[in-house]
Amino acid sequence: MRFMMLMIPTGYEKAQPQAAPPPEAIEMMMKYNDSLRKAGVLLSLDGLHPPAKGVRLSRAGGKLKVTDGPFAETKEALGGYWILQVKSKEEAIEWASRCPAVQPYAPDGVATIELRQLQELTDFSPDAQKVVEKYPELAKLAANQPGR
Amino acid sequence: MSDVRRTIDAIWRIESARVIAALARRVGDVGPAEELAQDALVAALETWPASGVPDNPGAWLMATAKHRAIDRQRREQLATKKMDDLGHASPRAFLPDLDSALDEPTGDELLSLIFVACHPVLPREARVALTLRLLGGLATDEIARAFLVPEATVAQRIVRAKRTLSEAKVAFEVPRGPALEQRLASVLEVLYLIFNEGYAATAGDDWMRPGLCEDALRLGRVLAALAPDQPEVHGLVSLMELQASRMAARTGPGGEPILLLEQDRARWDAVLIRRGLAALARAQELGGGQGPYALQAAIAACHARAQVAQDTDWVHISQLYNLLAQVAPSPVVELNRAAAVSLAFGPAAGLELADALLTEPSLKDYHLLPSARGDMLFRLGRLAEAKAEFERAAALTRNAQERAFLLGRAQRCSPPGANQDLG
Repeated sequence: MRFMMLMIPTGYEKAQPQAAPPPEAIEMMMKYNDSLRKAGVLLSLDGLHPPAKGVRLSRAGGKLKVTDGPFAETKEALGGYWILQVKSKEEAIEWASRCPAVQPYAPDGVATIELRQLQELTDFSPDAQKVVEKYPELAKLAANQPGR
Repeated sequence: MSDVRRTIDAIWRIESARVIAALARRVGDVGPAEELAQDALVAALETWPASGVPDNPGAWLMATAKHRAIDRQRREQLATKKMDDLGHASPRAFLPDLDSALDEPTGDELLSLIFVACHPVLPREARVALTLRLLGGLATDEIARAFLVPEATVAQRIVRAKRTLSEAKVAFEVPRGPALEQRLASVLEVLYLIFNEGYAATAGDDWMRPGLCEDALRLGRVLAALAPDQPEVHGLVSLMELQASRMAARTGPGGEPILLLEQDRARWDAVLIRRGLAALARAQELGGGQGPYALQAAIAACHARAQVAQDTDWVHISQLYNLLAQVAPSPVVELNRAAAVSLAFGPAAGLELADALLTEPSLKDYHLLPSARGDMLFRLGRLAEAKAEFERAAALTRNAQERAFLLGRAQRCSPPGANQDLG
C-alpha cells in the first residue's frame, strides 16, 4: 500500500515568500530522506513553496474569486510530501515517527505529520470505476494503481 | 492482532536486518546473531505492551540484543575457563570484544549479511528462505505461506542453512576481487527468484505470495543503495520495477491471465515505470547495458515506452534478444527472440528461428513453442499447420483459460467459408 506523508510545519501558513529552513535543518531532513531511500520505501518526494507564493480560487457571491497568498483564514499549510510504499499502516506510522520534525530534540509542536493512504481504483463504486476507466491516460499519471 | 503487536511487526520489518547485521559482525556468525536478535524481539513483545514503544525502538532492540550477546559471551568464557582449569585446550582462543562497538551498523554490515544469506554454499531454496528471514524480516510461517510449503520445511531449511554457514566458516564480509562477480550473481538470482515466485501468484492465492514481489523489489532497492556502482544491480531493479508495473493489468476480472500485448496499458503503474526507466539508465551509464538483467530490463522498457501495443519497437526488441542470446543463451530466450523477429521482420524470419527449436529437448512439452509457431504459420496463411500447432499447445498448457484461448485460435484456422468468423 502507498501512503502520502504530509509535512505541515507550524506557522508555514504565515511564512514569508522566500522562507527556507536553515542548512542544518535541511541536512537533517536530507539524512532522513536518504534513510527512507536506502530502506527501499521512498517512491517520490517534493517540497512546497510557502502559501505566500500561492493562489487560491473559490466561488463567492456568484463570482470566481482569486486570492493571492498568504491566506489570512488558513490555520495550517503543507510544506511538502513523501510517497511511501509500505506493507501496513503501522509501518507508515513507524517511518513518520522517525521524521526529524517529531524527534525528542525537536521543539514541541514545530510541525505535524499527516499520513493519508492513496486511493485505488477498487476503492470506488463499480459505477464510479466505469467513469474513471473512460480516462486511461489519467490513470497513467496517478501515483497509485489497483493492487499496489 | 493488537495495535502494539502490529507496531512491533512494523518495527521488526524495518530494524531486524540492521540488528542482525551488526550482531553478526561482532559474533562472526549469522546463526547466533539471528537468535540474539530474536531474543530482543521476544523481550520487546514482553515489555512494550506495558511500557509503551520506546522513542528509538531500533536502538532499544540493538541494546537488548547486545546485552544478551554479552551474557552469552560471559557464559562461554566461563565454560572455557573451566575447561582450561581442567587442563583442556581452549576451543576458543579469541572472543571479539563485544562491548567495544555495537553502535550504528554500517552499510557494509548490511551488505555482508546479504552476501552471506545468498552464499553459494547453500542450496538455492535455503538462500531464498534465509534472505527473506534475515533481510526481509519475514517470519518462518510467512515464508512457508508464500511458497506454499509446510512451515516445518522452511524452519528446517533455515536451521540447516545456518549450520552449513557456521560449519563452512563463511566469513561475514563483502567479497572482493574476482569472487565478487560470482557472489553478486547469486544475490541477484535469489532476489529475482523471490520476485518471480510472487509474480507467479494467481487469484485466490494467499496474499503473502504477491507480497513477495514487493519484498524482492524493496530488497533490490536496498541493494542498489548499498552497491550503487554495480550495474547489474540496477539492471535487476529496473527489470523488477518494470515487470511489477504491469501487475494490475496482468489478470482480468475473473482472474484470467492477460497477455502483455492485450493488457490495458492505462493500468500499468506510472511510478514504477518511471523508476524502472531511471534504474535502467543508471545501469547503462555504469557501462552495464550488456548485462543479462539490463538487457531484459531494456526489453521490458521497450514495452513500457509504447503507448499502445501497436507502437512496440519490435526491431529494437529483436536486437536486444540477439544480444541476450549471446550473453545468456537459453532455449526460452531463443523462442522469445523468434517471436520478436517474427513481429519485426515478418513471420517467415521468425519461423526459421522457431523451427530450429523443434529438436530442443527442454522445449518438448513447452506449450509456448507450438503456440508461437501456430501464430507465425497463421500469419503465413498455412492454416492447417497453424491449427495443428494451436491444438498441440492447448493440449500442453495446464492453464484452463489459456487452453480455451488456444482452442479458439485453432478454430479460427478452419478454411474460409467453413467459418464465418474468419474475417
